[in-house]
Amino acid sequence: MTTLTKTERGTVSVRNLSKSFQLNGERLDVLKKLNITLEGGKVLAIVGPSGCGKTTLLRVLAGLENPDSGDVTIDSKEVQGLSRERAVIFQEPRLLPWLSVLDNVSFGLEVQGTPKETARASAKKMLKLVRLSQFEQAWPKQLSGGMAQRVGIARALAVQPEILLLDEPLGALDAMSKISMQEELTRIWQEQNVTMILVTHDLEEAIYLADQVLVMSKLNGTSPRLLDIDLPRPRDRSHQDFVAIRQKLMTEFGLH
Amino acid sequence: MSTAIKNTVRLRWYKTGTLAAQNGLWRHRILNFLAVYGLLIVFFSSWQIASTQGWINSAVIPPLDRILSALWLGITSGALLDDIAISLQRAGIAFLASAGIGIPLGLIMGRIRPLERALDPILQLFRQTSALALYPIFILLLGLGEASKVFVIFWAALFPVLLATIGGVKEVDAKLLEMARTYGASPLTIFRRVVLPASIPSIFVGLRISATTALLLLIAAEMIGANKGMGFQVMNAQYNFQIPMMYAAIFLLAFWGILANLILVKLQRRLCRWSA
Repeated sequence: MTTLTKTERGTVSVRNLSKSFQLNGERLDVLKKLNITLEGGKVLAIVGPSGCGKTTLLRVLAGLENPDSGDVTIDSKEVQGLSRERAVIFQEPRLLPWLSVLDNVSFGLEVQGTPKETARASAKKMLKLVRLSQFEQAWPKQLSGGMAQRVGIARALAVQPEILLLDEPLGALDAMSKISMQEELTRIWQEQNVTMILVTHDLEEAIYLADQVLVMSKLNGTSPRLLDIDLPRPRDRSHQDFVAIRQKLMTEFGLH
Repeated sequence: MSTAIKNTVRLRWYKTGTLAAQNGLWRHRILNFLAVYGLLIVFFSSWQIASTQGWINSAVIPPLDRILSALWLGITSGALLDDIAISLQRAGIAFLASAGIGIPLGLIMGRIRPLERALDPILQLFRQTSALALYPIFILLLGLGEASKVFVIFWAALFPVLLATIGGVKEVDAKLLEMARTYGASPLTIFRRVVLPASIPSIFVGLRISATTALLLLIAAEMIGANKGMGFQVMNAQYNFQIPMMYAAIFLLAFWGILANLILVKLQRRLCRWSA
């Protein structure tokens, strides 16, 4: 076995992944023989209308739900259930209200058995990364939505995952915080060199952040397609190439 | 010279300024105090005046000073000390036992659904049966001594803390549990680091109701079958027409209730600074 270099770490491949649910006695094929390959250190955005199965896909990738068939491999290792190389960021920050910001960030490391002092030292570094060092001793409820989400991101990064799974992480933020958080996410991603898979319903967000966009359509519609975004970073939302891609995606969803 | 004057003037202005601010602060404090305790002061003042003036029968409702001197005499002469000690012991042991059994049992029942479902009907039956109605049975089983008294208090005080704990555990945000799971936390770690801290506010609500219930049952049990204790003293004083003493005992009991609640509230604030 060769050791993987940093950029090769976190390569995700999804093969023939299927998942269905029973709803009122009817079978709903949410994911049907899905295939994706994502290079390590890249960003994949999953977009699509509500109920198209994008969150289900992310939960399967996270190991929170099991697929009916097919498999997910990370760095050529098949993954089943939850594991440490993947960290999940949800739409809500899901901070523990009884822990200080610092203790929240070290929580993931501590439950994984890192000694408290070491965990705290790493947590401090991560809080610095998300620019919240001066809030170490604050309670979660004293933070704004965007700050709380940054604490959640710091907690996820503290465990040094190979893959960061984000389920509409900026969905609950106002338009202004959203844009600044998209810039933050890009910066953090560049500094951490981590593979990111992100579910979003915001096309602009997908184009701004991702190297590849997985376009999912309504259930039982056409099969998902992968779209490459080859724009240099930092991306300019008003650049003609950016606008052209957005236009193309909007047309795919019938939004002219 | 002129600067010195200016400085003095400024200093004086500054001083009066703070004085005014301090006056304002005191005014605010006094008004705040009156807003909270005003009605209580009116109530006790009316009582005292109405009783001394003979507007109400002072043999039935004696003035406060006579009640307080009866209380003082009872404590300093040592006549009440035995009763106070035995009552505090009964309520204390029963309350601690109810917390010691109710909290762990509630935590387990809240986490293990099949157990909760199996135990719930019988708990509801026991809870809805008045503890005092069961007291004769406890006396038959445990005798007329301390055991049956402590047990009936324990029995009644158990249910509030037990049910509040179960409720608290069941209401823990499933999203937080899932978050902990994604970091690979074991069920035991999740219990210790998520379920337990999240349930503390509910547990304290239960503990406060249990403390009140314990004092309630203490008096009832001591009125029914005891020859010592504050509940016995209330009845005994009434039989012997020592009315100030009767009120003194009632006041003392009320004071215990307030004190128990205050201690639990302080403890809760300390443990739950994050929710303040």
